[in-house]
Amino acid sequence: MANQQSMCTSFLGELLSSTHNFSSANPAHTANTADTFKAALYVTTATLNASTTAYSATNEVSGTGYSAGGVTVTNANNPTSTNSSTTAGVGYWTPSASIVYSTVTLTTAFDTMLLYNSSQSNKAVAVYTFGSQTITAGNFTLTMPSNTTTTALVRLSTT
Amino acid sequence: MLITTTKGEMDDSLLEHKSGSVDNDVEYTTWDEYYLNGELVHRSAHVTLKKTPFTDLIGATLG
Repeated sequence: MANQQSMCTSFLGELLSSTHNFSSANPAHTANTADTFKAALYVTTATLNASTTAYSATNEVSGTGYSAGGVTVTNANNPTSTNSSTTAGVGYWTPSASIVYSTVTLTTAFDTMLLYNSSQSNKAVAVYTFGSQTITAGNFTLTMPSNTTTTALVRLSTT
Repeated sequence: MLITTTKGEMDDSLLEHKSGSVDNDVEYTTWDEYYLNGELVHRSAHVTLKKTPFTDLIGATLG
């Protein structure tokens, strides 16, 4: 089975135990220090999906200029929450900069990025898929969506 | 303009340039390819994600 875009189910359970901390303002772990999140790329034959629980090097891309584990995600945005009605709302978060893999050569086709928490045993957050790509002596850039209730990279809602 | 290639940095005037894009519900992606005598020597891609995983959380109803 191919990679499938999904929020990792383990992440949902881990939210209830304050495992992940995206914020530097109201932290659960270390005072005023958010966890470090990373983004790793996976080849098209990988099988990442909602059941992915942590980063693994299996089927991760490899090539010139790419380090196993991927790159650190720039996080200057604290999570935000907004009421959408008197009984529902959305919590959301988006990295504050594009995710860039600079001057890499990745000849095996890839189509997936795993967002994971490198501060907490590499626990998985979500799987993002896109059209198959290869890179030759170039940059691969993932531009982040706008950090809003309807487009943020990580969104949790009640309805 | 200098382009980083598998042969080192080269002036783009020496290279054949191809580019393309995909725009659908999931992503907007652009790419640039440069060829030297038919050989791919540079390829970059830029993906903007549109549709991201969205999770609904449902609280139990009391009573």
